[in-house]
Amino acid sequence: MTYITKPQLHHPSLRANGLGYTRRDYEGSVSTLCAGCGHDSISAAIIQAAFELELPPHRVAKLSGIGCSSKTPDYFLGASHGFNTVHGRMPSVLTGANLANRDLIYLGVSGDGDSASIGLGQFAHAIRRGVNMLYIVENNGVYGLTKGQFSATSDKGSKSKRGVVNHDAGIDMVSLALQMGATFVARSFSGDKAQLVPLIKAGLAHKGAAFIDCISPCVQFNNHVGSTKSFDYVREHNEAVNRLDMIPPRAPIQVDYAPGETVRVQQHDGSILSLHKLAELYNPGNRAQALGYLQARQARGQIVTGLLFVDPEHGDLHDAIGTVDTPLNQLGEAELVPGAAALAKINAELQ
Amino acid sequence: MPETAKPGAPKARVNDFVVKFANVNGSGSASANGLFARSILRMGVPVAARNIFPSNIQGLPTWYEVRITEAGYLGRRGGVDLMVAMNPQTWDRDVAEIEPGGFLFYDSTKPMPAAKFRDDITVVGMPLTAMCNAAYELPRERQLFKNTIYVGALAALLGIEAEAIRGLLAKDFAGRDKLIEANYKALEMGFGYVRDHLQALPLQVRRADAVGDRIYVEGNQAAALGAVYGGATVCAWYPITPSTSLAEAFTSYCQDLRVDPETGKARYAIVQGEDEIASIGIVVGAGWNGCRAFTATSGPGVSLMTEFIGLSYFAEIPAVIFDVQRGGPSTGMPTRTQQADLIAAAYAGHGDSKHVMLLPADPGECFEMGAQAFDLADRLQTTVFVMLDLDIGMNEWLTEPFQWDDSRRLDRGKVMTAEELEAGADFGRYKDVDGDGIPFRTYPGTHPTKGGYFTRGTSRNPYARYSEEGAVYVDNMERLLRKFDTARTLVPAPIARPAKGKTREGVLYFGSTTPAMHEALEMLEAQGHRLDGLRVRAFPFAQAVWDFIAAHDRVFVVEQNRDAQLRTLLMTEGGVEAAKLVPVLHYDGTPIMARFIADDIARKLAVGRIEAAE
Repeated sequence: MTYITKPQLHHPSLRANGLGYTRRDYEGSVSTLCAGCGHDSISAAIIQAAFELELPPHRVAKLSGIGCSSKTPDYFLGASHGFNTVHGRMPSVLTGANLANRDLIYLGVSGDGDSASIGLGQFAHAIRRGVNMLYIVENNGVYGLTKGQFSATSDKGSKSKRGVVNHDAGIDMVSLALQMGATFVARSFSGDKAQLVPLIKAGLAHKGAAFIDCISPCVQFNNHVGSTKSFDYVREHNEAVNRLDMIPPRAPIQVDYAPGETVRVQQHDGSILSLHKLAELYNPGNRAQALGYLQARQARGQIVTGLLFVDPEHGDLHDAIGTVDTPLNQLGEAELVPGAAALAKINAELQ
Repeated sequence: MPETAKPGAPKARVNDFVVKFANVNGSGSASANGLFARSILRMGVPVAARNIFPSNIQGLPTWYEVRITEAGYLGRRGGVDLMVAMNPQTWDRDVAEIEPGGFLFYDSTKPMPAAKFRDDITVVGMPLTAMCNAAYELPRERQLFKNTIYVGALAALLGIEAEAIRGLLAKDFAGRDKLIEANYKALEMGFGYVRDHLQALPLQVRRADAVGDRIYVEGNQAAALGAVYGGATVCAWYPITPSTSLAEAFTSYCQDLRVDPETGKARYAIVQGEDEIASIGIVVGAGWNGCRAFTATSGPGVSLMTEFIGLSYFAEIPAVIFDVQRGGPSTGMPTRTQQADLIAAAYAGHGDSKHVMLLPADPGECFEMGAQAFDLADRLQTTVFVMLDLDIGMNEWLTEPFQWDDSRRLDRGKVMTAEELEAGADFGRYKDVDGDGIPFRTYPGTHPTKGGYFTRGTSRNPYARYSEEGAVYVDNMERLLRKFDTARTLVPAPIARPAKGKTREGVLYFGSTTPAMHEALEMLEAQGHRLDGLRVRAFPFAQAVWDFIAAHDRVFVVEQNRDAQLRTLLMTEGGVEAAKLVPVLHYDGTPIMARFIADDIARKLAVGRIEAAE
């Protein structure tokens, strides 16, 4: 949270997007996180993604739980409604918000404590319901706000800054999301903007439960030798399966000169995901293979990044429960209140 | 041959007696017993029926108590005039419960030793099992039709018209002619046996015109219908007795009443959450985003939801919680009734927080308050509890028909629109512009550049900016108190039931206690004890509650919990001295009885008189 209002001065030469908004219009308050925090890089990537996607800022609802990562929605998309909910419970609040108005774009921001420990159940259930959202876990493997306790994503055997070795198995959020039926699953690294921004754009455009596990080293408590979520460790062990371009439906589709290495996936809104394959034989359309690939690489100590799985056709919770196209929060008396005549019939049946 | 024990002095009663069925649960008795009660209603005689059932699916004792009451006493009286003893496990206690001069009906297939009976009651035996075994092949049929046979026999013994029962069977099984025929046959077996072997009892049902246009419905069903009429569109819930049927009834009413006729799509969204925490989270999310949303739960669920309820209070998000109360603490008595969540609900949350509670007394009010709760939640931007209990929620009650005025509009409260923002309205999310403590809100996505704000459970200034300044925090907390004072003026007012003459003694009560309380007041009046009654219908308490207490020397507070929770709220919120509020408490898990209330108050009045005399 910040006390500081960011100055609203715009440089006249700032480039505007198709809606006439500049990048500044997608910014928020000044971050109060530690200098060099990976989370701030993710906030910057969200700002860039929203700017490039030309999202009307007020049509985005950003929700979070509690923790360092959950503070960040204050630091981007300042014109959007935000909701800093309770610890581990963002997924349910986001689900309810989404039920109320299916027309907004829902961005859930959480951390590994918020989503893998206290909120593991809500994370799993929001994913399995197919809530239309982009759910980003800013994963640093540590509780930063309470100063350095292990989180549930800390790898077994990793060492805390105080030298304590973690004896519990780490939870892999990506595998979990795949098992729970997420229809867009990716992992990235806060220090890899070139990979992260297109993933966020694609996740925002995806219809259904989109999940990005973003490794985001904690400069204070988890960026030392022995930590598997330090900048150095991730850079050395990053195994990217693909590079992604996300092409909005309004942009002309570019000619691709290397067809053998590219997979194109069309999303529900017409946008094209253009995947430049780095790893041989990696197919992001196969959930079971994604799980196997992840585990094989994990056994070698490698962190797989990129778009691991996408199913552009699956649909979302509203499709499953068959709600009307009009957002529920815009229905009035005429649509909602059956009236006295209907009540008279009900009374007659109960007499 | 049926045995008939030596009768005591049988008491004759017409349209005014209590029949209790002792059964084993899972034996199909519930629908047969319901048929019995409804057939009496069909004869124009009011009934009050209550299920007293175990937390179990099959094999444990269950009771169904039907009070036949032309005079319209819908509470429990206490005592049993006719026991239908169909469960050998509970035989001794069932027989012991019969009033002297009362009646026992039992399955006489196996001879019972004489010591198992009483000599001050009339015993009516009928070889039900033997009859069923002779008439039916399948064990399931033998079990099910045994129930229908005893309904037929009881009808013959009590003067209930066969046609009333046949009409109900035809309605219940419409389109399933074979089933109707089979039930008719079983019914006739019961009637025939009584005709051939027994005599009608002095307990008689006689056709009357005392039901009027009243309806017969469960409180949970009524509350669910209230939610439909109140414009609720999002329901998130987790199964818990005794609230489950509320969410299920909402689902069923929505399928009938809330489907877009053109597209067949739903104008509602119902999610069975993974737990109560997720359920209230969904409700809060939907409320934040401009929907009317609710959950239905019971005490253990409220405990789990407490953190979110506190958030709703402080972040000022509308939410409605139907708390169908059951016996606590902990898992307590999940299928028994109590009014024991008052304090938990009133102050749910950490830090200073208090919540609006509505206290319906019958299914009619469950409907009315079920709808009103959504207006109040939107108007006050906070959680509103509707406090049912198992007795109202899961039993069918005779109640006035539901009413709806088509000119009534949903009160969406103070919501700033895009036009108002565009016109330059000053939007401070937590700013008290009208002095009533209620700020304006905006729905997410309203305006491209104005009206956006960040919702949080941490303290903030009137413009929703994070602030830990002591003065800013205190200002906000004081405003929330002003808002609670505004709530006091909006919630349903208490209803007075004055004594026939002047008195300095009063009694406060609420919820499902009401019909037994009203009967108890008549009993006390007949004994020469005069008390003014006031039925409390909401928290925060209206000024009329404080005036009532001030106008009496002593006020009994009748409630169904151990710790006198309403009394505690009165002492805490109004500073009423403890000695003035005399608790009358019933909390064994069964619905409170008129005789219990009258006896307890009479005894306490007597003690007071002796002390005064000394």
